[in-house]
Amino acid sequence: MTENIKKFYGEELSRKQISDGKITIVEHSPKVKYAWSCGEAMSRFLNELKEGKLIGRKCNKCNRILFPPRMFCEQCFKATNEWVYIKDTGRIMTYSISYVDTHARRIKKPILVGVIAMDGASKNMGIMHYFDEVKSDKIKIDMRVKAVWKRKEEREGAITDIKYFKPLGE
Amino acid sequence: MSKKVGVVGVGYTGFSSVTPDVSWKEIMFQAANRAYHDAGIDPRKDVDSFITCAEDYWEGFSIFDEFVPDQLGSVLRPTCTVTADGLYGLINGYMQILTGLMDIVVVEAHSKISDLLTYNDVLSFAIDPVFNRPLIDLGAHPYYIAGMEMKRYMSETGTTEEQCAEVVRKNKLNAMSNPSAGYEAKINIEDVLSSEELFAPLKRLDISPLADGCVVFVLASEEAAKKLAHDPIWIKGVGWASETSWLENKEWGRAVYAELASRQAYKMANITYPKKVIDFAEVDDKFSYKELQHLEALGLCRRGEAGKSVEEGAFDVDGVLPVNTSGGLLGVGNTLEASGLQKGLEVVLQLRKDAGGRKLPDVECGLAQSWRGVPTTSGAVAIFEV
Amino acid sequence: MVKDVAVIGAGMTIFRRRLKETGKEMCFEATKMALDSAGMTLKDVDTVVMGSAPDAFDGIHMKGENLLDGAGGYHKPYMRVFTGGGTGVFAPIAGWWHVASGMSDVCLVVCEEKMSSCYPHPQSAFAHIWDPIIDRPLKPNLMWIFAMEMNRYMHAHNVSKEDIALVAVKNKKNALDHPCAQLGANITVDDVLNSEVIAWPVNLLDVSPPSDGAAAMLLVSEDVVSNHTDNPVWIEGVGWSIDSTMWTNRDLSFPQYVAKAAKMAYKMARIDNPRRQIDVVEPYDPFDYKELHHLEGLLLCDKGEAPVLTREGVTQRDGDLPCCPSGGLLGVGNPIAATMAVKTCEIYWQLSGQAGKRQVPGDPRTGVCQAWGDLMQYGSVMVMRS
Repeated sequence: MTENIKKFYGEELSRKQISDGKITIVEHSPKVKYAWSCGEAMSRFLNELKEGKLIGRKCNKCNRILFPPRMFCEQCFKATNEWVYIKDTGRIMTYSISYVDTHARRIKKPILVGVIAMDGASKNMGIMHYFDEVKSDKIKIDMRVKAVWKRKEEREGAITDIKYFKPLGE
Repeated sequence: MSKKVGVVGVGYTGFSSVTPDVSWKEIMFQAANRAYHDAGIDPRKDVDSFITCAEDYWEGFSIFDEFVPDQLGSVLRPTCTVTADGLYGLINGYMQILTGLMDIVVVEAHSKISDLLTYNDVLSFAIDPVFNRPLIDLGAHPYYIAGMEMKRYMSETGTTEEQCAEVVRKNKLNAMSNPSAGYEAKINIEDVLSSEELFAPLKRLDISPLADGCVVFVLASEEAAKKLAHDPIWIKGVGWASETSWLENKEWGRAVYAELASRQAYKMANITYPKKVIDFAEVDDKFSYKELQHLEALGLCRRGEAGKSVEEGAFDVDGVLPVNTSGGLLGVGNTLEASGLQKGLEVVLQLRKDAGGRKLPDVECGLAQSWRGVPTTSGAVAIFEV
Repeated sequence: MVKDVAVIGAGMTIFRRRLKETGKEMCFEATKMALDSAGMTLKDVDTVVMGSAPDAFDGIHMKGENLLDGAGGYHKPYMRVFTGGGTGVFAPIAGWWHVASGMSDVCLVVCEEKMSSCYPHPQSAFAHIWDPIIDRPLKPNLMWIFAMEMNRYMHAHNVSKEDIALVAVKNKKNALDHPCAQLGANITVDDVLNSEVIAWPVNLLDVSPPSDGAAAMLLVSEDVVSNHTDNPVWIEGVGWSIDSTMWTNRDLSFPQYVAKAAKMAYKMARIDNPRRQIDVVEPYDPFDYKELHHLEGLLLCDKGEAPVLTREGVTQRDGDLPCCPSGGLLGVGNPIAATMAVKTCEIYWQLSGQAGKRQVPGDPRTGVCQAWGDLMQYGSVMVMRS
């Protein structure tokens, strides 16, 4: 590589060259919009959220209670068998304290976010969600937490019907 | 090639304009389950590799590959995405088996295009951003590219709009005998010619309408097929090719990619006179004229003769070379990346004598051909035999 | 295998946050360098494999089709494969089966990423890698999953941030010797710990930068290798694996998918004691903790042992198991798929003694490269020998 090749190609541009209009660019914003069919499992899941309930699906072969629910078991590769309600409490598997938002912009108040393994579902069956009512230096892996729901009339059948999880304070 | 590779199972859902009852995962699960049942295999034990065919913007994900394994049974197994139509996936599976590393490979392709609300805008997003997209942004639909191509093809070959309309009539009629088809109809060429002119000379009925659906193939080496006690449909030759990404430089009257891909496939299959060997064909008909242009590119009829032949009935179910017995994309629906595998599916079903009311008598060798659609100049060919 | 496969040439552009070149132009430059280094021209190439990650970066739907002429795909069998961040090692694996199957004698593999086209920040493209129903409503940042995985890894083995920062220090220092590097630097552990916190436990200097860049490689069959070089490097093992989409259902402390891919590649390369039999390794290092995570996944040490090896200097360029002698993604840059240059190409350059200032001592004969991608679920692994 270094013996045979004397020059490596590529011409670096600085942010300033762009903001000064020194670089020729063409702009385009794609208009993309989707409406995904949620399918059987996720439709029921979202409708139950509206009722303030969490639901999973059980596979009768491996006996796991899958959460979030799905109509097929990825381990056994067969259709799952029954609906099972699970609890809205769980255990923090992992978390992060984020100082950036979804577009990588700095934010003042950090977001506490993590994976919660839910009580009543099988091992490691977690979902991602926010935490609140806990200081960022007090949050810990394995901490027990409980969902804080939106008021019934505010719920719309979305994962955000749970506002966040708070410490159970056991 | 020293080894033989065969199709030992196929599974598919129906093709229709919308599928609101199932998610993209569930539609894949349905077709995969049927394919595994057809092949008599357990994906968690018997399959060595899985291939899916998808493009991010059709699906609405930045990395669609993430959302594949669970519903195919491929968790913690070799799995990958080919960003092309299903025949490209089939070709990769074929190559994987030829290496000797794999015995059984699953290939999946689907369309859940009804989830996309802005098809035209996404298609525009495929146009070269510097040279061509600004023109599209002024209001030109990308299908104008097909309109211009049709014009050039007709002027180079003398093909008429009536002959193109005849393709639509034939394919939609064929679809009447295909219970999976989404756009079957009994129409005459007047209906086509009098349908709204959209991208002249293309009229509404010259354009294949979009459809959802999923097709899954199970491929196996000769030894593995024997163990499964199957009479596989053998893959005899494959080819794939791209012409150019410059609209300015492409051959507007010819399908160069199909010429190149078919030559590669014929060479591999030791076919010198394709017309003598190929009993029937499923060729890309995203637009009516494409069927004719592709048949000429494939060497299945002489250049400039496809139009006359379709008028004479040569490509009818009972013609000398039945073409698109499934109904083609005009009759089944345009399933985008699944369209190539849908063509492969029809060839396999015909060779297995499983094609129900549209069954062709005494066929032994069939050809499937795909084109990746506007604005691409890429496509693939696969030749199957009993 | 039907045919043994050798690497005989490679090329790359410089990696920078913004390059003036378009995607096509970068592909051309890397391809030209690969061809020149092997003394070949495009005429010698039978097939072309393109590797590129999300279309959203380049801002072109079906971007493989747009890049085809820059990558030498004009009038050739050309296809793109895509396994997220795993593409940099997966695309050459796909190239391997193009040759090992007997389908082609010379396969050109080109990888490209133009992340700077995505405005205001490539992170916006990553917003669409999440599940649209259960994850996206929470407005996540990609950094979160890595922060959560890093935290879980630290928790499982009681690993300190200091030990992890040593990886960033090492790789950025190694990158000082790489002529294409974006972020080569002499930094300290304190610099990493004191850099701004993005999403705890991830600080700015724990992370590789977004980059523009391209890479290319030439793979040839045993039949023609002697026509082109007397210094080939052989591809002796390939492996790839995907874990479940449901990342919140997995224990994130160990990369099962990498272990599966590694076992597959080692079996093929007849490696039964990786720690003794592998001389140099390029594990995927978009984050410093990932190098440790992946060394464990590659079975080069026990779970939780990688930080110890790093502390003891075993993974330094002159250590017993040199890791990321190129400078890795942390030092050279992270143009997702084009990291093929610092993983697969680097192992080729190391094993053929062409790595110049980066050459690891002791005439390395066996090397391993690995990439990782999707929703923390994809592992691709290649074993090479000189």
